[in-house]
Amino acid sequence: MMGISINTILLIILLAPLVGGLIAGLFGKKIGRVGAHWVSILLVALSLGLSVYVAKLVIGDGVSSNVNLFNWAVIGHIQFSVGIMLDRLTVFMMIVVNFVSLLVHIYSVGYMQDDDGYQRFFSYISAFTFSMLSLVMANNFLLLFFGWEAVGLVSYLLIGFWFKKESANYASLKAFIANRVGDLGFLLGIAGVLMYFGALDYTSVFSQVANFASNQPLVHLFGTTYANALTLVCILLFIGAIGKSAQIPLHIWLEGSMEGPTPISALIHAATMVTAGVFMVARLSPMFEYSQVALSMILVIGAITCFFMGLLGIVQNDIKRIIAYSTLSQLGYMMAAQGASAFSFGMFHLMTHAAFKALLFLAAGSVILGMHHQQDIRKMGGLARYMPITYVCMLIGALALAAVPPFGGFFSKDLIIEAVEHTTIPGHSLASLLLVAGAFVTALYTFRLFFVVFHGKSRSENHDHHPHESPLTVTIPLILLAIPSIFAGMLFFMPSLNNFFGSAITVLPQYDVVSSLCAKYHSPWQFLIDAFTTLPFWLSLAGIFVAWYCYVAKPELPGILANKFKWLYRLLIRKYWVDDSYDVVFGGGARLIGNVFWRIGDILIIDRCLVDGTVKIANKLGSALRRMQSGYLYHYALAMIMGLFLLLVWFYIN
Amino acid sequence: MISLADYLIVGAILFSLAIVGIVLNKKNLIVLLMSIELMLLAVNTNFLAFSRYLHNSSGEVFVFFVLTVAAAEAAIGLAILVVLFRNHRSINIQELNSLKG
Repeated sequence: MMGISINTILLIILLAPLVGGLIAGLFGKKIGRVGAHWVSILLVALSLGLSVYVAKLVIGDGVSSNVNLFNWAVIGHIQFSVGIMLDRLTVFMMIVVNFVSLLVHIYSVGYMQDDDGYQRFFSYISAFTFSMLSLVMANNFLLLFFGWEAVGLVSYLLIGFWFKKESANYASLKAFIANRVGDLGFLLGIAGVLMYFGALDYTSVFSQVANFASNQPLVHLFGTTYANALTLVCILLFIGAIGKSAQIPLHIWLEGSMEGPTPISALIHAATMVTAGVFMVARLSPMFEYSQVALSMILVIGAITCFFMGLLGIVQNDIKRIIAYSTLSQLGYMMAAQGASAFSFGMFHLMTHAAFKALLFLAAGSVILGMHHQQDIRKMGGLARYMPITYVCMLIGALALAAVPPFGGFFSKDLIIEAVEHTTIPGHSLASLLLVAGAFVTALYTFRLFFVVFHGKSRSENHDHHPHESPLTVTIPLILLAIPSIFAGMLFFMPSLNNFFGSAITVLPQYDVVSSLCAKYHSPWQFLIDAFTTLPFWLSLAGIFVAWYCYVAKPELPGILANKFKWLYRLLIRKYWVDDSYDVVFGGGARLIGNVFWRIGDILIIDRCLVDGTVKIANKLGSALRRMQSGYLYHYALAMIMGLFLLLVWFYIN
Repeated sequence: MISLADYLIVGAILFSLAIVGIVLNKKNLIVLLMSIELMLLAVNTNFLAFSRYLHNSSGEVFVFFVLTVAAAEAAIGLAILVVLFRNHRSINIQELNSLKG
């Protein structure tokens, strides 16, 4: 590959999935099912292979690149260009995205085999891979925004993949609209960047930030409220991340997104797209670092999401929804890490989470396949016997999620908790409390799911079909994901402490918690041994124990507790009434306004006045004039003579 | 001596009679045609009177034209009348209101 320049390779990485998606989508009928999955799998595999090669160049040889491919538009002195940036952060995300995407492609061969929309499905997930890659490889805000919107679009298409289901259509619209709210903030943030920095490419914006921060203008918001320009821009950009990464208060769409096929939940709504917000904050760290208010907001919102969404996972009964709430909670951890300026820990957790959460989702998909599309965990139970491979993989995923050493989640999550304890950003004491409590909740809901599904007696109503292990195309991706779920934490522990991302992220010295932790720990083993003296570790174990006690030892206990704390149970099962109040306030409000406009604008003005009114006027005029046409000749003659007479009089008078 | 005014008064009286004939006649289509002829004759009278008065013969030439046209019109009018009677079995004007809107 010596003859090919690095930029060509990057272009191939970016465009290969798009080509695969287009071929599978446009020529799906011609190449058939087998052709569609081979084309998209091979092209994503090509993209992954080249990503690994590029990663070797970047990490080994220190290669980097920042190139504009072409100008999309030039307005005055502002250039809108399409360009690719290559640094350690980009490479990191490229590998995560391509790796999970490839495994999900392979998994879908087995999972979607009975579906009519097979080629369409492969076309969508390849297009998603392209969109996500353009999001992470962008070298300017414009391409970032393109990728941002494109992943949102594909997410919408895939949530509504089974478009004949009404609930799927509702959920896809809900996701799209909730994302629109966030994207509006994001777009305003980009507009702010353009206004204050006069450019959209990262390098020229980031080079101006430090100067700009020292004497930035105040922006008048309303009344006597003023905000620093940079803080305002950062908060607006973060609103985009709230929408995309489903943080409170725009978290409502992620639960509904479980209406889509399970591989999609794994790829888009767990491993990659929802982490775009986390990635964006890390990518724009040179800006966020100069706004303490924005960092504090990220920290607190992340921590609140982490704890309260985790609680909801405990009462859900749909296997996918439990994991969806767990995703929300874990995204909260990542966001909290970003808020504490521990960007490399956030990205570290993003990676381990991508592995174990994709694993959990795919294992859940395997369970759903085995149970003949039953998703209610109350109707499962005792599956360990029938599905040994899924059982072991799910156990690994659950241990990683519950942060049991030495699995993946343990290193990344406990580092985040420790970083938040050490930070000085306002709100850190509350955040720290919530994150530590979150560790207990995480272990509880994870192992509730695990014990209810795989242990105890079978509660299936369908006795004719026995659950069965899934085909190889399903189990092989599970095994391949289980490996990084176990080892990724250990391998990436030291790099994440030792400034792995280099110049790709910026941390101001006063917020630098990573290097203070770096001085404390010298190897993963030391961290592992230290864990036995820390609270999160014991809370995780306590969570697992409580789950075992409540769902294996004394299965009648949860029912008694739910009855005893009825208000609490109702609060959780109704999701804090957030969905309901949004439905009443925003949904109802929109319907009310729409109704008013429909009645006044459409029915009254357009229908009654403009359309019917024209007809009515012509009709009235016609029937008035009609009376004059008697048909008798002498009437016409008289009219002529009278007219003549009148004209003569007129002429005589003048 | 008969003055120009007398001729014009005769013409006006003839014309008015014709108008009254058209407007008041509610029975017979032939009377209608006759009224139209009468109207043309009134015009002819005026033409001749002015022709004599102004010593200009173009008025008389016009009268010839008008008479020719009147003859042709009467021929066509009567022909239509015959056809109408064949179809309707009546030439009563009161029944001829198919132009009514």
